[in-house]
Amino acid sequence: MLYFANWKVTLICAVCALGVLLSLPNLFSPAFLAKLPEAVPHKQVSLGLDLRGGSYLLLEVDVAAAQRDRLNAIIDNVRNALRNANIGYTGLEVQGTAITFKLRDMGTIDNAREALRKIDPDLTVTIAADGTGTVAFSAVATEARRRQAVDQSIEIIRRRIDETGIKEPQIQREGQDRILVQLPGVDDPEHVKSLLGRTAKLTFQLVDTGTSVEEARAGHLPAGDEILPAAERNGSRVGPDAYVVRRRVMVGGDTLVDAQPTFQNNEPVVSFRFDAVGARRFGDATRENVGKPFAIVLDNKVISAPIIREAILGGSGIISGSFTVQSASDLALLLRAGALPAPITILEERTVGPDLGADSIHAGALASIVGVALVVVFMVLFYGLFGIFADIALFFNLCLMLGALSLLGATLTLPGIAGIALTMGMAVDANVLIYERIREELRGGRTMLSSLEAGFKRAFGTILDSHVTTLVAGALMFWLGSGPVKGFAVTLSIGVLTSLFSAILVTRLLIVTWVRQWKPKAIPI
Amino acid sequence: MLRPLIVIRRTPTIDFMAWHKIGFAFSAFLTTASVVLFLTLGLNYGIDFVGGTLIEVRSTTGPANLADMRQKLDALHIGEASLQGFGPPTDVLIRLPRQPGGDAAQEKAVALARKALGAGVEYRRVEVVGPSVGSELIRAGVIATVLALFAIAVYIWFRFEWQFGVGGMISTLHDVLTTVGLFALLRLEFDLTTLAAILTVAGYSVNDTVVIYDRVREAMRKYRTMSLSDLINLALNETLSRTILTVSTVALAVLSLLFLGGPVLRGFSIAMLWGVVIGTYSSLFIAAPVLYYVRPNRAVIARSGEPAAGAPSRAR
Repeated sequence: MLYFANWKVTLICAVCALGVLLSLPNLFSPAFLAKLPEAVPHKQVSLGLDLRGGSYLLLEVDVAAAQRDRLNAIIDNVRNALRNANIGYTGLEVQGTAITFKLRDMGTIDNAREALRKIDPDLTVTIAADGTGTVAFSAVATEARRRQAVDQSIEIIRRRIDETGIKEPQIQREGQDRILVQLPGVDDPEHVKSLLGRTAKLTFQLVDTGTSVEEARAGHLPAGDEILPAAERNGSRVGPDAYVVRRRVMVGGDTLVDAQPTFQNNEPVVSFRFDAVGARRFGDATRENVGKPFAIVLDNKVISAPIIREAILGGSGIISGSFTVQSASDLALLLRAGALPAPITILEERTVGPDLGADSIHAGALASIVGVALVVVFMVLFYGLFGIFADIALFFNLCLMLGALSLLGATLTLPGIAGIALTMGMAVDANVLIYERIREELRGGRTMLSSLEAGFKRAFGTILDSHVTTLVAGALMFWLGSGPVKGFAVTLSIGVLTSLFSAILVTRLLIVTWVRQWKPKAIPI
Repeated sequence: MLRPLIVIRRTPTIDFMAWHKIGFAFSAFLTTASVVLFLTLGLNYGIDFVGGTLIEVRSTTGPANLADMRQKLDALHIGEASLQGFGPPTDVLIRLPRQPGGDAAQEKAVALARKALGAGVEYRRVEVVGPSVGSELIRAGVIATVLALFAIAVYIWFRFEWQFGVGGMISTLHDVLTTVGLFALLRLEFDLTTLAAILTVAGYSVNDTVVIYDRVREAMRKYRTMSLSDLINLALNETLSRTILTVSTVALAVLSLLFLGGPVLRGFSIAMLWGVVIGTYSSLFIAAPVLYYVRPNRAVIARSGEPAAGAPSRAR
């Protein structure tokens, strides 16, 4: 017991010193830390949004919608493939996650299969003996598509948020098709939400002047056309409420390289510029259709349908459509950032204002300090000198906890602060177990030294067992975890681990040193 | 030399086993009442679990006028809004019920509410949870709690004998159920942090149990002929001062969280406080006496122990 190998002493002291060193930056302001030399630890515990204020948004990418879009795009290819091979069919449509149809002539099954396979290697074609067939994406392709859609969405969302000038946004994938967006310092996320909620798919399509909306609605929609509603314009609407447009897209928004809000005749408009491919396509399309109107379509709504006066060859243009300054700059931003591959829904929003955050820090800190102070006094009352030893160990435990949290870059939430206060109360449990054991051994008639020895040795197994169960709960909470609770699970688990070190090793070292230096005749316990 | 001011000098000699039937009856009542309350009254689920909207506002023009706010919100026809004071008289907590029509509908309701409340209020907190997330969280919460109970039982089984695992699980289940019952009875909001508190309670309450079981096992090796009932009593008395002291330190920490930690942590602190107290009670009056009925195999335990762990030897 009295013997503590030198290397052990050094190691324990080193760990404690490291804990103090790593936790120290938390006492200073970031501005002060920036002035310190590189070698000094800088990392602070980062505060969760519930403490520093900000917005937390959980988004879901509607992968199914993206898949439906893709099937809708491919249905034309299926139609053409069957037609070109002179195969008769009926009932061609998208049903759920597949395109279904029925062949007229059972003799054409093999030909149909052959023709359809050529469309896309990712497609699985099945045609039953009765001529009913389905075309669907293979499971692998669907999965790849899903991953791609989410990755792409994250990228687009990042660009959109960066464009708004919000500092330090955190955007990460959550589960299979969810995206977690954390925006520190944003206390009214309405604008961000409106930006994220829009797909921003821009297309230029020709207006079919050969028919009218009324006729089309009455069931005479020409093949290859669609009816699109006009976009809302500041409440008042100028012109028709819908347009009949060609399905074929002249040019898509994916070929845009820039978009800026600007003014034309004192009205806010958005100017845009195509890349080389887009410019050529736009030039060709406008040259062939001079005098006809074309629709500027955003998310399946017609913003405006100007008449092409002459071929637009310069690769740039202007979208007008009764914008406000804000809506023009939003549209420009969305066009610059690109379209989302699939619609996004907001599943969860948690916004904390800076005042509440500050109040929470204040309350949490006060509660922790008072709680720890009470525990410290309690230990001295019940264990005297040994209580002070336990308190010293407790101090190092706190440092190690903060140090570990800083080093791991963990996020401190309000429940996390509660976790710290709680583990401080629990940490002395190990001391109590050891001290009570020492008392018992003394009562049993052992000498002072052998009681100390036995106390530490016997209590160890018990301490370990009783801590593991708390760790199990912590691990489950982390797994279950959503933001604040995860923060609690992290501090609780780290606190339990560091308390094992401090309560057992640090206390023991303190007691050994005391026995050696002061050579007491009895234990004050 | 600094001596402790308060010392428990002697090992107490309380006959816990004489009380265990009363303890069982009391706990059976508590647990049954909790289950009945849970099934009839149900829990007052927070928006984390059922979805909906929670808005905390602070009036910037003196004390908040709840009646006026209620009127403004009722005019929106977004279901019955509940308003309550929250801390200082300027602060109001507004709850909007879950809106029909999926996740997007919730967002729309908040935008309407913000518009209706207008200037004169400052938004301290806005939480919107769609129905899909809520139901997932309920499922995850139930799974986590059940897993925690099993993991704890398996760990105790692994470290002791299966009989001890049964005792540990029964007492932990008792603690979890009565905490849920307390929340059902007092209509306290049951949210994610409450669930975190319950899981912590599960992990922590078994602490005392493990310490006591440890002592029971040790006594089984030491006193091979002592009756099981006396053994349990001995173990409980020998660990009693430790049990009380540790519960006190944790209770001190929890009490300061309850009184100083602010309204956001209140539910969490209440669950923790109850859990710590009931966990200690159940370790003494449920977990230990259960051993008397499940009858651990003393021969196996005696054999497994290292012989050196015998009676505290007289001074060498």
